Amino acid sequence: MADPIKQFELVPIVPITIGTGDFSFTNSALHMFIIVGLTAAFLLLTTSGRRLVPTRMQSLAELTYEFVAGTVRQTAGTDGMKFFPLVFSLFMFVLLANLVGMFPGAFTVTSHIIVTAALAMLVISTVIIYGIWKHGTHWFALFAPSGLPKVILPLIVVIEVISFISRPISLSLRLFGNMTAGHIALKVFAGFVTAMAGAGALGFIGAALPIFMITALTALEFLVAVLQAYVFTILTCIYLNDALHPGHH
Amino acid sequence: MATNTTQGTQVPSKGGFPAFRVETYGSQLLWLAIAFGLLYFVMARFIAPRIGGILEDRATRISGDLAAAQAMKAEADAATLSYEKALAEARASSQAIAAETRAKITAEADAERKALEAKLAADLAAAEAQIGSARAAAMGNVRSIAVETAEAIVERLAGTGADAARLEAAVDAVLKR
Repeated sequence: MADPIKQFELVPIVPITIGTGDFSFTNSALHMFIIVGLTAAFLLLTTSGRRLVPTRMQSLAELTYEFVAGTVRQTAGTDGMKFFPLVFSLFMFVLLANLVGMFPGAFTVTSHIIVTAALAMLVISTVIIYGIWKHGTHWFALFAPSGLPKVILPLIVVIEVISFISRPISLSLRLFGNMTAGHIALKVFAGFVTAMAGAGALGFIGAALPIFMITALTALEFLVAVLQAYVFTILTCIYLNDALHPGHH
Repeated sequence: MATNTTQGTQVPSKGGFPAFRVETYGSQLLWLAIAFGLLYFVMARFIAPRIGGILEDRATRISGDLAAAQAMKAEADAATLSYEKALAEARASSQAIAAETRAKITAEADAERKALEAKLAADLAAAEAQIGSARAAAMGNVRSIAVETAEAIVERLAGTGADAARLEAAVDAVLKR
């Protein structure tokens, strides 16, 4: 049976070593640039006509833009649009990382915890830095909701701080876990097919069952790929809303 | 970890789950920073302004067109109003012209009729005068005929010529009766 973990292996393409650290250009890095290239190609080539009445492809790019812009406006308000390039970049990067990963033989960038954690930390550090830069010490009111009795305030502050710290953890683990688990499940069922098909005539017929499972799982994984990109985006917007409006918790 | 027997190109595992191998984090972070930084740059510099611009242009165009349509509708309404006003004015002035013309024609006809009547009256008077003079002339002739007749009668009856003055006096006396 093929190793279901092998698909997550990093393969150096151009080995680079700086000092003692390994900074090789790997299959992961290659896929990151494929994602960036596809995003730029999709959003720039389709809109190069700047048509008043859009073509189908331009309409698709506009719909994607409007979808993310609508999410930002609804959850973070109109002033949240200053973070729109960041949110749109995150959405497109995560979405295409997940979708590119669905191609057989492709590498799933978001199946590595360090990548999802880095993206989550980017969001949280944006929230903290912008929040303090914009609101100063008032931003810390986020952890102490107004109108609470003094007695339970320390408890609430502790809970709020823990909930704030858990945000980047949940944000990164959710994406990482979903992508990793889905791809392992697909590979495991694929392994069943080869294992059963090699076990004689009866096994060959029985292999239809895991094939059916793979088909269903693939459809589910496409759903998960898009859904997780959306979840990552909407949570980013909700967290950015805290940076913009710390009072309205 | 299970070993792969069918694919010989497998990279030898350095042990542990690939995502938790800390030695790979440096490379992933570096290339993620470069790739995502590039994406953010392209997004902020080119993609977002372009698509945002397209959508804004369209919204501006639609609202502009709606405003223009509104203005045109108002213009059309105003034109209808002024047309109706002009129509009413034209109707009123046509009625005024008709009344004026009627009055003028009536006046002309009256004048013509009066002139004709005057002419007829003058003609009548002239005819009457002519008749009068004719009668006077005729009456004059009657006197001389009467005088001559009386002279002839007197000559036949008396056989002598009568005094002309006395005859004329006698005829005048009879004519005056």
